[in-house]
Amino acid sequence: MTTVVSARGWGWRHAGRRGWALRGLDLRIEEGERVLLLGPSGAGKSTLLQALAGLLRPPEAGDVEGELSVHGRPVTGPDARSGIVFQDPSTSLVMSRVGDEIAFGLENRAVPTGLIWPRVRESLDAVGLAYPLSWSVEHLSGGEQQRLAVADVLAVAPRLWLLDEPTSNLDPPGAALVRSTLAHLLGDRSITAVVVEHRVDELVGLVDRVVVLEAGGGVRHDGPPDEVFSRHGATLRASGVWVPGVRGPGPGAHRREPTRSTGPPVLEAEAVTVRYPAATTEAVSAVDLQVTASQATAVVGPNGSGKSTLALCLASLLVPTSGEVRFCAGGPRVPYARWPPRELVRHVGFVFQNPEHQFVAASVEAELTIGATRAGVGTGPGRRRVGELMERLALSHLAAANPFTLSGGEKRRLSVATALVARPELLVADEPTFGQDARTWDELVELLAEARDDGRAVLFVTHDEELVGVLADRVVRLEHGRVVSPVPGAVGQVLSAGDRR
Amino acid sequence: MSLTVDTPLVATRLARRHPLAKLGVAAVVAAGLLVSVDLVTASVVLAIELACLPLAGVGWRFLVRRAWPLPLAAGGVAVANLVASNAHGVAVGAISLRLVAIALPGLVAFASTDPVDLADALHQQLRVPARFAYGSLAALRLLPLLSVEWQVIRRARRSRGIDAGRSPLGAARLWSSTVFGLLVAAIRRATRLASAMESRGFDAGGPRTVARRQVLGAADWALLGGSVVAVGGANALAVVLGTWHPLLW
Repeated sequence: MTTVVSARGWGWRHAGRRGWALRGLDLRIEEGERVLLLGPSGAGKSTLLQALAGLLRPPEAGDVEGELSVHGRPVTGPDARSGIVFQDPSTSLVMSRVGDEIAFGLENRAVPTGLIWPRVRESLDAVGLAYPLSWSVEHLSGGEQQRLAVADVLAVAPRLWLLDEPTSNLDPPGAALVRSTLAHLLGDRSITAVVVEHRVDELVGLVDRVVVLEAGGGVRHDGPPDEVFSRHGATLRASGVWVPGVRGPGPGAHRREPTRSTGPPVLEAEAVTVRYPAATTEAVSAVDLQVTASQATAVVGPNGSGKSTLALCLASLLVPTSGEVRFCAGGPRVPYARWPPRELVRHVGFVFQNPEHQFVAASVEAELTIGATRAGVGTGPGRRRVGELMERLALSHLAAANPFTLSGGEKRRLSVATALVARPELLVADEPTFGQDARTWDELVELLAEARDDGRAVLFVTHDEELVGVLADRVVRLEHGRVVSPVPGAVGQVLSAGDRR
Repeated sequence: MSLTVDTPLVATRLARRHPLAKLGVAAVVAAGLLVSVDLVTASVVLAIELACLPLAGVGWRFLVRRAWPLPLAAGGVAVANLVASNAHGVAVGAISLRLVAIALPGLVAFASTDPVDLADALHQQLRVPARFAYGSLAALRLLPLLSVEWQVIRRARRSRGIDAGRSPLGAARLWSSTVFGLLVAAIRRATRLASAMESRGFDAGGPRTVARRQVLGAADWALLGGSVVAVGGANALAVVLGTWHPLLW
């Protein structure tokens, strides 16, 4: 058997960082093995994949120690025998047309012109994309774009496949399609694969070995999936890894019986309709909705059903084409859609899907202080509130850190904190758990449940069935921009099979 | 703010011509009209252009929708010249017509050229390095994403309670902080895209093949030749009629 990957005492430190992302790594991967790389957030999983793909170049990108060989030779740069699929297809696809996109990698590998197009067609067929070669990449869904990225790799026929969270940026149906495509391709036992993924349960059938990395260190556990999960499942879950069949400590504590009659109404939407310019159909169509205090509302539905658009309208961040949203819990007398930002921040908090979008300051503390100041909280009470919130979210030791340098989970916590610091009556969150590790997930559930129990109205858009299960008092399902079942209770039945993740 | 790469004429007959042939025509027209400022040369060339557009598959609708700023700009130039200088009315007319006649072929060339074809042509015929030609192309693909991002960042600022207030200084500050946010996002995306391109062997220094061969065919040469004849003929006619007025001597 040939050794495909061999690391001896290997370590990597990103340029400008004090700590090592990985250190003292000893690992051998033989031909035909399917390895799932696990580890808490920041354990260097993606770093290792990038190193294997030849994308980390010392000394500009960072410092290296030890040895790392792929295909029997020290890694010096990208090699046609290795192919990598990244998390986000929108930043990994290069060309504007489907055929050109696959051809791009073949051109770079100097495949003769006559052989390029047959190979492009084969790859496109193999991933099940039945589009003409001239089809625009922009017209593909996220799941289709990711399958195209898989076809890009397939066309070059690498011996080693590196998959960096290939489904974490996709909605559940898209993720399912990519997974089945990968399962099909990995049926060829001569191919070696290394996969990084948070949501383990769905991939576990594809792999035969699990390697758990330690933050700043090397390999912590290594073995067949069943063995690793049964022996270390609970500790892995506590460190943020999603483990099949193991639940976290947080969610259960916050489960409570859904209530029909809760606090006073906070917000009323009447016949809210949104039509984007140049769109042929309405994104949101005549939606009536009431949101009350002390209640958590989940908005669910397939991609493109208008969930996020509705959430933006409810938070006064988008003016509906017709219909009206009224805020009933105070605020200025002008129509809600035209509230000045300073008033809006006192009453409504919004958590964006990408936390970075809502950062405006140079430090964690300043980020939270801005929110308090804008909401008209005095300096003394404001400072106290910021201090408490940082303490509560375990961000105190990062008070002076730049928000952009935080880890994914820390960024997510900070983004929720920026929305909560002004103590708004309504908190709206767009896919708050998207792509998060299990530990951050637990913390988020706790934060949102706490906000609700404090008397706030909480509304979240999500595909995450587990989140709906533990948090939602009420589920609103959208399809084609219309509410199809505002069921105040029956949570389990509202998510169709396609929405499960 | 909307950033999109728009090529409304990619379905026309002209779109099939080699990008460099089309840009060549624009260059020939510009060079031929810069020689002389006179009403005859400019109006003859413009008349030939307008007559050729329907043959190339470019309809009047395109002209109305895309080329409307041209007569406007020409009118502006004319007014400015009449007011600010003591130029002759005929010369002013010539300057304005010339502006439209020079700009029109360039406008049509870009509107009928797929950016991918242009990158191919630059790389294959003009030997522009792949790193530059396809690197720019990839960057172009990110523009619409940035336009979406701009919207999101603006909404995020609103939700954080950040507004410009009434002062123009506040507006400028808000705008610059939004631009900074966009820049950070753009750099992140660009870095990721560059990694993805590198992982696929781009710019590795080795040999590279081309999937789409761009060839300057007979029709392309005919297009170029035709433009030389038309522009040359217009100048000759002006000489014969005695209106030819060279700019430099």
